[in-house]
Amino acid sequence: MEEIRVWWIGERHPVGRALDHVRLHLERAFGAQVAVWEGMGRPEDAYDARRKQWSSTRILSWLVRSAPDGKVLGVTDVDLFIPILTFVFGEAQVGGRAAVVSTARLAEPGLPDERIVLERLAKESVHEVGHVFGLLHCETPGCVMGRSSSVRDVDRKRGHLCAACRGRIPSQGREAT
Amino acid sequence: MSGADTRVLVVDDEEIVRESLGGWLEKDGYPVSSAPDGPSAVERLKTERWNIILLDLKMPGMDGLQVLEEARRLQPDAAVIMMTAYATVDTAVKAMKLGATDYLVKPFDPEELTLLMQDVAAQQRLARDNVALRTELEQQHRFRDMVSKSPAMQRVFDLARLAAPSNSTILILGESGTGKEVMARAIHAESGRAAGPFVAVSCAALTETLLESELFGHEKGAFTGAVARRKGQFEAAHGGTLFLDEVGDVTPKLQLDLLRVLEDRRFHRVGGSELIEVDVRVIAATNRDLRAAVDGGSFREDLFYRLDVIALTLPPLRERKEDIPLLVEHFLERLGEPLKRRLEVSHEAMAALLAHDWPGNVRELRNALERGAVVAHGDVLGPADLGLAAAPGEAPSGPSTLDEVEKRHIAAVLAHSAGNVSQAARLLAIDRVTLYNKMKRYGLSRRGEDAGPSGT
Repeated sequence: MEEIRVWWIGERHPVGRALDHVRLHLERAFGAQVAVWEGMGRPEDAYDARRKQWSSTRILSWLVRSAPDGKVLGVTDVDLFIPILTFVFGEAQVGGRAAVVSTARLAEPGLPDERIVLERLAKESVHEVGHVFGLLHCETPGCVMGRSSSVRDVDRKRGHLCAACRGRIPSQGREAT
Repeated sequence: MSGADTRVLVVDDEEIVRESLGGWLEKDGYPVSSAPDGPSAVERLKTERWNIILLDLKMPGMDGLQVLEEARRLQPDAAVIMMTAYATVDTAVKAMKLGATDYLVKPFDPEELTLLMQDVAAQQRLARDNVALRTELEQQHRFRDMVSKSPAMQRVFDLARLAAPSNSTILILGESGTGKEVMARAIHAESGRAAGPFVAVSCAALTETLLESELFGHEKGAFTGAVARRKGQFEAAHGGTLFLDEVGDVTPKLQLDLLRVLEDRRFHRVGGSELIEVDVRVIAATNRDLRAAVDGGSFREDLFYRLDVIALTLPPLRERKEDIPLLVEHFLERLGEPLKRRLEVSHEAMAALLAHDWPGNVRELRNALERGAVVAHGDVLGPADLGLAAAPGEAPSGPSTLDEVEKRHIAAVLAHSAGNVSQAARLLAIDRVTLYNKMKRYGLSRRGEDAGPSGT
């Protein structure tokens, strides 16, 4: 069974249960073995001084270079962008190896409730790893692969894949429940 | 709604923009291609169809506005969204004036991009659906120049569509004015002979000798007055369609001649010995009951079967009154076009049109509307304009006497003139005294209403 690595690549220390929470959701969604991996490096070259944000695309390249074989999800707390958008919650190589997700835009100012942020992080983690498994955005209401352009979109989604998306995952990925 | 049916072209000179925007849209399921500059974008516009074009305003060489103009010219149905790094209102306004659907300032807010793409894709889908629906409706209710939504006529259209491409002889039956020649022309236009001639001959209008010469032609000196060789209509229709109208009126001798031509497509000119061979498709029509004529012995049975290969029976208008509004719209569009007028009928006029029995069928309806378009003062035709002032139900069901017709006509003109007797007299081309006498005689008021038998 293929392993998915969850790698904290943020600036501050991760919230205690965050990585475990992500790991459980990924295991349930993809029926895969998921490990929290403690790599030391950070994608320093992904910082864009002009935008004062981090390029998610450069982080993906760095993850592919830095992580051993298998799928890897980088979890961070820095603000991510792609050149054409003001920000992204995360990015993934569709059908590739790497995905990245950030808590920066999931925790809105004035909403310090950690549980809500953790739920959103878990959903977006499953979403980005879903792209790594080759899934595109899904129109089924509530499916975690629905596009998320705002936190409202994230909150509207449930944490799991719809039946159609589960069916599209190659053989090793089957939801356990 | 998945974006799979919406093809997107991203035009930007920056590779990183093309890649990141393309990647984002692909995850949304849009089939995305990109072009790095204006000329290559124009090339893609010439060769492929696009639904949405995301177009950078500032590019070296050919800029976004120039590409926009080309896009509007080459693919006016495609939606163009301008992308700009400089939020200058001027250029955005200019782009919108040139036909851009919207514009986005780089970098885009993800939600703004998502919503805009969804909106534009939905509009595009709706436009496509509308076109498809309109085409379908037109096809359903139309066979070339004929319009109808009545089930009986639909069956005729279906059969005509099937029969048109074949070379089979077609017999069109129907009362006069039901559109037999229009149907014949439509079949010709839908056939492989469309590029060839369509020749119509009315068999009832000519004597036997003249009709024979008209159909088959004659050699010089064939009969008195045949000063030169003349080709007949069978020859004129070579490679095309010959429409024999009123075929039920053909004399027994010519019936036999027609039978021979239909059997081997060969004939002699009148007074000639040369055998002439033609490639002609024959469409015959009649308002007579040919079967009864066969039974009564006035029409050859063998010719009847030669003609009756595929029979299309056009129902009279009174049996498909649901078509009247559709036909009215159709004819008014045609009548209004050269006059640059948008003609319509009033509610009262439509009620009168629907109540009328139309013994002259579609032709009578077209004539009534044509007359209305000429005499109406505005663009809305009233009952009087159509010559239908008599209240529904008042029209006698059988033939009218001359007096009845005169009374109805005077009443219609008086109603049209709204009590202005002088104007009515002018329209009727009689003097006022004569008109007053007739009004008295028919018991008509100044407004054309029945004033009672004694008159006023």
